[in-house]
Amino acid sequence: MSKTRSLISEFFDKYQIDHFDDYIRLGGFKGLKKALEAGPDYVIEALKKSELRGRGGAAYPAYKKWSSSKERQAPTKYVLVNGDEGEPGTFKDRDLLDKDPYKVLEGLIIAGYTIGAQEGYIYIREEYELIRQKLTEAIAHAKHHNYLGQNILGTDFSFQVKVYTGAGAYVCGENTALIESMHGNVGRPRVKRPRVSEKGLFHQPTMVNNVETFACAATILAHGADTYANAGLNGFKGTKMISLCGNISKPGVYEVPFGITLREIIEDIGGGTRDLSLGKFVQSGGASCALIPYTHFDTPYTYEDFDKEGFSIGSGAIVVANGNIRVVDYLSSVTSFFEHESCGKCTPCREGTKRMHEIIEDLCRDQASQKQIDRLNQIAYTMIDSSLCGLGQTAPAATLSALKHFEDEIMESVVL
Amino acid sequence: MGISKERIEDVLAKYDYRADALVPILMDTQSLCVDHFLTEATQKYIAKKLDLTYVDVYEVSSFFAALHKTPKGKYHIQVCDSSVCRINKKDIIQTFLEQHLQIEPGQMTPDGLFSLEKTTCFGACDISPAVRINKKVHGHLTIQKMKKLLGELKEASHV
Repeated sequence: MSKTRSLISEFFDKYQIDHFDDYIRLGGFKGLKKALEAGPDYVIEALKKSELRGRGGAAYPAYKKWSSSKERQAPTKYVLVNGDEGEPGTFKDRDLLDKDPYKVLEGLIIAGYTIGAQEGYIYIREEYELIRQKLTEAIAHAKHHNYLGQNILGTDFSFQVKVYTGAGAYVCGENTALIESMHGNVGRPRVKRPRVSEKGLFHQPTMVNNVETFACAATILAHGADTYANAGLNGFKGTKMISLCGNISKPGVYEVPFGITLREIIEDIGGGTRDLSLGKFVQSGGASCALIPYTHFDTPYTYEDFDKEGFSIGSGAIVVANGNIRVVDYLSSVTSFFEHESCGKCTPCREGTKRMHEIIEDLCRDQASQKQIDRLNQIAYTMIDSSLCGLGQTAPAATLSALKHFEDEIMESVVL
Repeated sequence: MGISKERIEDVLAKYDYRADALVPILMDTQSLCVDHFLTEATQKYIAKKLDLTYVDVYEVSSFFAALHKTPKGKYHIQVCDSSVCRINKKDIIQTFLEQHLQIEPGQMTPDGLFSLEKTTCFGACDISPAVRINKKVHGHLTIQKMKKLLGELKEASHV
């Protein structure tokens, strides 16, 4: 039996966007019809039952976000799709938008209907320019068939969708930075409170979710919360889109059930590493997450088990590395990334990412001292405690996990 | 300025001269510029038209990686520098490009045909190592493949 699932990704490569009728025949937009028929409370109840968590990385229960957005009284509200997928090793939103743009649109329309918004925006990273064109086309087709626009499917509900393209900045994946850039400002995060749910896009209450969260919502509505939840293994609910890459035979985007082990993902789905070794570590969740050593490959892929070990599901990235790569060399690419992408607004992150990278470079040259290792720890915890946004707070995660799980190897690079 | 005032006006009109659309305005303008970057004069012109200061515009243009500060070649090659491409030995491709084009990342060939840049992950990890040339992704790269690609681009530029 195949270890992958086909729910969120059920329509991948099954239709062309200019054949809208084919999409409906396949069963597309069934979730929206169900939502319009059963009402907003039903949508929230379904999300709750499915235990869907936000797929951008923070894993906040979706129903809580949707219901608090619904309860907020305001004449204008917006729904925003965060498609600024920039986490290194992550490309599942790319496939969701490219291979089934209608499902993401469907989720967005359902969200608009549920919280009482009139307008939705889809923010796509600059690197996905070609997908933006496709999405714009999909929006036109959906509008033409009355799934978007005035009085959707003969109801009182009207909803418009616009697409916005970024200009290449990882930090814009952070919601406040993303919105700042949409206001024509530099994409730097601002101090929260007000949160974007109170004062977001164009200073109005805004509900932001990741691309995958919207696709999941549409899936849950179409098939029912139980069907989606039961797709998981061993009592864990639902499925997750993962981006499997690195040293792996069959890299790609896969939909996996929660509860599957990392080893099954690497060996059964990914076909193992290319040199047939067992693999040395994986980085799960993106550059901002911990390294998982091979000794922990039997950990089930669930929020609960990962939390317990200090690992992250995060964006769903799974980067596999084998024995040919030194941990310090890997960390060098991670820390140089954060040094480059720190927006520079707050001192702990601006200085911390730079100094961490310097020390890692010394380690790569086998020239670091024990004092620098102590300093590395000190900087890391200062960043976690005092950075303004998630970038600085999570940038040290990979380094700290490496110090924990690969201490012996790292100490080989330390001059005593 | 590398672009006529009329063409900038067209872009500005497309966005109703809205200052909150500064990022897309700069992106669209850049795509029309000779050498694919925004000169100081272009930015000052846009600032004036949007009722902003030059600093307002410069702050944004200098922040975003996709807004260029220096001239770029007819074919702008971006080599992914992320962890995944490093695992998949992107160094070999980068070294080949540097030697073949005789430039370093951040530079442009004297004939203005190619420019080279290291970039963060652009989400092509499943076909890593990968480069982007004028926004189009090329993956599963080998030196032979890269050589062929450069040859085709040179050929196309003569037409």
